[in-house]
Amino acid sequence: MKLTVLYFAWLRERVGLPRETVETGATTVAGLVEELRAREERYALAFSDLKSVRVALDQELADFDAPLDGVREVAFFPPMTGG
Amino acid sequence: MDIRVQAEAFDYGAEAGAFAAAATGAGAVVSFAGIVRDRASGGAGGGAGGRLARMEIEHYPGMTEKALAAMAGTARDRWSLNDVLIIHRHGPMVPGEVIMMVATAAPHRGDAFAAAEFLMDYLKSRAPFWKKEVTAEGADWVAAKDADEDALARW
Repeated sequence: MKLTVLYFAWLRERVGLPRETVETGATTVAGLVEELRAREERYALAFSDLKSVRVALDQELADFDAPLDGVREVAFFPPMTGG
Repeated sequence: MDIRVQAEAFDYGAEAGAFAAAATGAGAVVSFAGIVRDRASGGAGGGAGGRLARMEIEHYPGMTEKALAAMAGTARDRWSLNDVLIIHRHGPMVPGEVIMMVATAAPHRGDAFAAAEFLMDYLKSRAPFWKKEVTAEGADWVAAKDADEDALARW
């Protein structure tokens, strides 16, 4: 399955890019995170503390145990600081 | 209902005035503006940091507009409102500049105040914006505050 993966704020800085296409066999967000962590040190660093990482699936906030069925865009970012 | 996400500066007074003038039938308008402070937040501790040179706001194009529209829709479902306006900027800005505004129009002030507070609480923690503060010492992402997350519980 091909996914567009987006990174924002310090996750973008740690991973070193704003978006990429990822070919994955993962069925959940948590599975995708494990695949990314195993890739390279910069991903392991970006995802070292999941308490400070939020995820959106096709632009809706989701949980790490959410399934990736039918999802096209996954975004990872820190807790939001709007207003 | 008017939702705008933009890099350009806007005139808060003019926007609030135009919103009030257009809110026919409303007896109350509440408006709020968020301004760039002249001090950095001082990281996770939340204390006063060094003099702020500028703030940079990153956002998630597409999701931002959807999230704001959903919040405004929820506010309209929960309170009796004539209209809602949200303007939120992204990109670089300097101390004193207006970052964002919320305005609500309602038949009576209670609904206008409550809806404006609800929108501000949700904007803080559920709209995909991230603030970075730049000082002479360097640049730091603003940490989300537990108090902002806790504020959602009251709604």
